[in-house]
Amino acid sequence: MSENRIAVTKTYKLYIGGAFPRSESGRSYPVVDANGGFLANAAQGSRKDARDAVAAARKAFAGWSGATAYNRGQVLFRVAEVLEGRREQFAAEVAACEGVPAKKAQSLVDAAIDRWVWYAGWTDKVATVLGASNPVAGPYFSFSVPEPTGVVAVLAPQESSLLGLISVVAPVIATGNTAVVVTSQDRPLPAVTLSEVLATSDLPGGVVNVLTGRTAEIAPWLASHADVNALDLTGAPESARADLERAAAGTVKRVLRARPAEDFTGEPGLARLRAFLETKTVWHPIGV
Amino acid sequence: MWEYAPAPESRDIANLKPNYRMFIDGQFVEGAGDPLKTVNPGTEEVLAEVSTAGQADVDKAVKAARRAYERVWGRMPGAERAKYIFRIARLIQERARELAVLESLDNGKPIKESRDVDVPTAAAHFFYHAGWADKLGYAGYGPDPRPLGVVGQVIPWNFPLLMAAWKIAPALATGNTVVIKPAETTPLTALVLAEIIQQADLPPGVVNILAGAGDVGAAVVSHPDVDKVAFTGSTEVGKIIQRQLAGTGRRLTLELGGKAANIVFDDAPLDQAVEGIVNGIFFNQGHVCCAGSRLLVQESVADELLEKLHVRVSTLRVGDPLDKNTDVGAINSREQLTKIQELVESGDAEGAERWTSACPLPDKGFYFAPTVFSNVSQAMRIAREEIFGPVLSVLTFRTPDEAVAKANNTPYGLSAGIWTEKGSRILWAAQKMRAGVVWANTFNRFDPTAPFGGYQESGFGREGGRTGLEAYLDV
Amino acid sequence: MAAPSTSPSLPPALADAVRDDASLRRFLHGLPGVDQVGVEQRAAGLGTRSIKKASKQWAIDTAISMVDLTTLEGADTHGKVRSLAAKARRPDPDHPDVPRVAAVCVYPDMVETAVEELRGTGIDIASVATAFPSGRSSLKVKLEDTAYAVDAGATEIDMVIDRGAFLSGRYGQVFDEIVQVKHACGDAHLKVILETGELATYDNVRRASWLGLLAGGDFIKTSTGKVSPAATLPVTHVMLQAVRDWHTQTGELRGVKPAGGIRTTKDAIKYLVAVHEVAGPEWLTPTLFRFGASTLLNDLLMQRRTQLAGHYSGPDYVTVD
Repeated sequence: MSENRIAVTKTYKLYIGGAFPRSESGRSYPVVDANGGFLANAAQGSRKDARDAVAAARKAFAGWSGATAYNRGQVLFRVAEVLEGRREQFAAEVAACEGVPAKKAQSLVDAAIDRWVWYAGWTDKVATVLGASNPVAGPYFSFSVPEPTGVVAVLAPQESSLLGLISVVAPVIATGNTAVVVTSQDRPLPAVTLSEVLATSDLPGGVVNVLTGRTAEIAPWLASHADVNALDLTGAPESARADLERAAAGTVKRVLRARPAEDFTGEPGLARLRAFLETKTVWHPIGV
Repeated sequence: MWEYAPAPESRDIANLKPNYRMFIDGQFVEGAGDPLKTVNPGTEEVLAEVSTAGQADVDKAVKAARRAYERVWGRMPGAERAKYIFRIARLIQERARELAVLESLDNGKPIKESRDVDVPTAAAHFFYHAGWADKLGYAGYGPDPRPLGVVGQVIPWNFPLLMAAWKIAPALATGNTVVIKPAETTPLTALVLAEIIQQADLPPGVVNILAGAGDVGAAVVSHPDVDKVAFTGSTEVGKIIQRQLAGTGRRLTLELGGKAANIVFDDAPLDQAVEGIVNGIFFNQGHVCCAGSRLLVQESVADELLEKLHVRVSTLRVGDPLDKNTDVGAINSREQLTKIQELVESGDAEGAERWTSACPLPDKGFYFAPTVFSNVSQAMRIAREEIFGPVLSVLTFRTPDEAVAKANNTPYGLSAGIWTEKGSRILWAAQKMRAGVVWANTFNRFDPTAPFGGYQESGFGREGGRTGLEAYLDV
Repeated sequence: MAAPSTSPSLPPALADAVRDDASLRRFLHGLPGVDQVGVEQRAAGLGTRSIKKASKQWAIDTAISMVDLTTLEGADTHGKVRSLAAKARRPDPDHPDVPRVAAVCVYPDMVETAVEELRGTGIDIASVATAFPSGRSSLKVKLEDTAYAVDAGATEIDMVIDRGAFLSGRYGQVFDEIVQVKHACGDAHLKVILETGELATYDNVRRASWLGLLAGGDFIKTSTGKVSPAATLPVTHVMLQAVRDWHTQTGELRGVKPAGGIRTTKDAIKYLVAVHEVAGPEWLTPTLFRFGASTLLNDLLMQRRTQLAGHYSGPDYVTVD
C-alpha cells in the first residue's frame, strides 16, 4: 500500500428523516479546527431544511412514542454499540473541533458513549420514577404517567461538540420525543458522524434530525414553528435567547433555558428527562 | 306540577362587609389604585368596594414577601411550615359555610357547588400540601430541594377560592412566599382567606393578597424581584406572560384554556354518560378550563344520546346562585355573557343546529340558558374556540380513530373524556389523547393528589400530586 | 318461552327481544351498562335538593297517597290487619283532609280481612304472592298462591321473580313465570319484585327491570323488605330510567315501587325528587309510583303536622297501627 495514499474525504451533510440531504439552499460553510485549519465544508441548513426536519420529526413521533419503552431502550443501546465502534473517529473529530489533546478527546468520547448508555437505560424506568398512582378521595382509580411532549427543537451546546450534544439529545428521545437538533455551529463534525451512527443503528428515520449551519439563522424558525412543542435553548447565542423565548410563547412551547457554562461531565440528574415530559392523569371509577 | 319552593341560603352567612382591603405584610391596607366595585352577577347589585393596588403596593407586597422569605419562611423547618398550613386548612373548614355563600355571591356559581366542591376542595389542597412541607426530600427531587423564593400568582374568576388554594398551598409547602392577585370580578373570598391566614398567625409577608384588574396582575408577573410566576387564565394572556418573562430567567407555569372532547362510544353506559356530559359542560356554568365543551358521539348512538341529553338538560334549574336547588347559576360578568352570546350567534351563522333549554331565567342578573349545538363541524368557531359558558357543541364520529383524530385536532390539550364499557378501549383512547387529564366514564374530578395541567397551548407545569411540587422547587 | 299477553303492540325491536331465549338474552345483555359510581353520584346529588314550604307540603301529601301500607309478618293476625286498614282509611284522625294511602299490602291469607275493612274506600288491596319472599317453590304453587289472593279480592299482586334462575342466566324461565302470573292475576295489577339486594349489580337491576316490563309487569318493585339492602336511591334511579326508556320506546307508562327501608319523610322526598327528575313529572302519581312501607306513614304524618302547626310534633300525636 502506498504511504502517500490520498484519503477519501467525507462530505458532511444534513440528516433529515433518515436520509442525508445537502441543504436545499445549496449552501455550505467551512469548518475549521481550533487553529483555524480547514477541516471540511458542512451543509449550511436553511429555514426550509428546518421545516423539512420538523415534518420528519412529527412523522416519526407516533411510532417512536408508541414503541414500548423496552424497545426504545434496545434501540438506544444499539446506538451505543455502534458509537463504541467509532471511538477513534469521534476522538479525532472532537480533538480537531475542540482543540483538546488526544487523550482528553478520548475521555470525552468515552464519557459521551457512557452517557448514551445511561439514558438508554432510563427508557423503561422513567414512568416508574415519575409516574404515580394518585390516592384520590373518592371511588376512583387515578394514575399519572409521563408522556413525551412531542417534537423538540434542540439547540446543541456550542462548545462541547459530542459529550454536550449527546447529553442534550439522548434524554429527549429516551422518553419518546423526536428531535430536530441544530448542532454546534463551529464544531459540527461529531454531530454529523453521530448522524451516521444513528442511521446505521435501529433508530427509525426522523426520530433525530440533525441540522448544521448558523444557529442564529435556523433557531428562530424552530422557535416560532407551530408544530414544534418544545425548545432547548442550551446552545442558543446569548443575544438571541430572549427573542427565541418570545417566539416560543406564540404556541406556548416548553422552553428549557440555557444554564450558564453547563458542565456536561457531571452527573446529569433527571432535569433533562423531566423537561420534555408531560404528565397525563387518568381517572376511572371503581365499581361493580 | 311540582314546583320546588325557593330554598335560598341566607346571604347573611357571608358576613359581607361594605369595604374590603388588600393584605400586605400581615396587615389589611388600602391600595393606591382606584377602588373597584364587585358585583353580584346573580342580581347585578354591587356587593362591596375593594381597594386595589398601585405599582407601589405591588412593590411593597413583593418586598414584604422577599423579607419574609429570607428571614423566616425560607429557612423555617418544614415541620413548622406544615403546622401553619394545616391551620389554614382547618380554618377554611371551620368557615366553610361563610366562604361558600360569599363565593356564590361574588362569582354567581350555585351554592351547592361552592358548598360541595370549591370550599372543601380548597381545604383539601392545604391539608394535602401541608403534609409535604417536611417530606420534600422524599419527593424525588433530591435530598434537600430548595424553594425558588418569591412567587407571583395570578388566578381567574371561575374558582376564586379554590384557585387561590391550588396556588398558595404548594408554594407555601415548598418554602416560597407569595404575592397573589385574584380576579377583578371575584376578589372577596381571597380577601377572607387573608383573614384566615392572619388568624392562622402566618408570619407577616408570607402571603400577600392584592386586588385589581389586569394591570395589577401584569405588575405582579413582570416584577423583577419575583422569582417565579404561576398563572391560571386564558391562553391569550398566558402567551403575553410567557413573552414578558422571556430572557429573564424567572420561572413560569401556566394553566390555560381548553376545548376538551368528551367522547361517547356506542357501548357507553349511556345514562351515566349523559350525566357526565351535563357535568362536563354545565358544571360552574361552563366556566371551566377543562370543560367537556365538544361532545364527540358515535353515530350509531347519536340520536338516542341526544334525546336523553335534551331531556336531562331540560331538568337543569337555572337561577339564583344562593338557591340550594339551583343547578346552573349566573354567568360571572356581563362581559363574559356578551362573549358567550357572540360565539353562540356565530354557531347559528355557521349553520349549527341550536337547541336551548326552555328553563325560565331570572329577570335580573347575567344568565344564559343551557344550550346544545348539534350538526357541528370541526371548522366552526364553536368547535374550536373556548366559549367558557354553558354551551355544548355536538359532533359525531364513526370509528375510534376518527374520534381520536377529532379530539386531538385542537391547539389545546387540557382534558378529555372517554365513555365506553370496554376496558381496553378506555386505555387505548386514554393513551391517544393529547391532554393532561383524561376522565374515563366520569368527568370533572379534581383532587389535590392528582396532577392537573395541560399539553400544548393549555399551558405547562402541573398542579397537585408529587409532580406539582416541581413548579415551586429549584430543581 | 311464552309470548307476553299484555303488550300486544310492542315495537319491533322489543317484540324481537321476547321471541325466544336467545333473543331475550341478547337483548338484556345489549342494554347499556350502568356505572356504579356515576349512578350513585347522581342519586346523592339529587338527594341534596332542598324541598321547602308549599313544595314540601305537596310532597308529603303526595307521598302519603303513594304508600302501600304494609304488614308482612309471620305474626300477622286479622286484628293487626284490621287496625292497619283503619290507619289506611284515616291516617290522621285529627286531620281528615289527609289523603288516604294507595293500598294496604298483606299476605294472601289476610286479603279477605283487608277487603272487608276497606270496601268502598277506593284503597287497593295488594297481596304478596308466588311463595313470597324467596320464591322458592314450584310454578304451580306460585300460580295457586296468586289465584288464592286474587280470588280473595286482591286488586294488586306483588310477585317475586326467581332470582336463582335470573342469576344463572335462565331469563326465559323468569320471563315465563311473570307472564303466567300476570295471566293468573286477571284484572289485578301486577308488581314484579326484583329483590335488587340479591341481584348484586346495577347492570342486573337494569336487566331485571326490562325483563319485568317485557313480561307485562305493571310495576317493577325493588324488594321484599326481607333482604338487606332493600330499596336504595340509586337502585330506584336505575328502575326509573327503565320505565322512562320503556315509555320512550312504547308510549306506555309503567310504575316503580321502592319497598323496604324508607322510613323518613326526608327519604321519601328524595325518592319523589328522583321520580320527578329521572322519570318525569307524569310519574308523580300513585298509579305510577308507590312506597312499600309501614313506619314511613307516621313520619309523614308527623312532618305534616309540623308543617301545618309551625312547631315540631311527637310520636304520641300520631296513631300506631
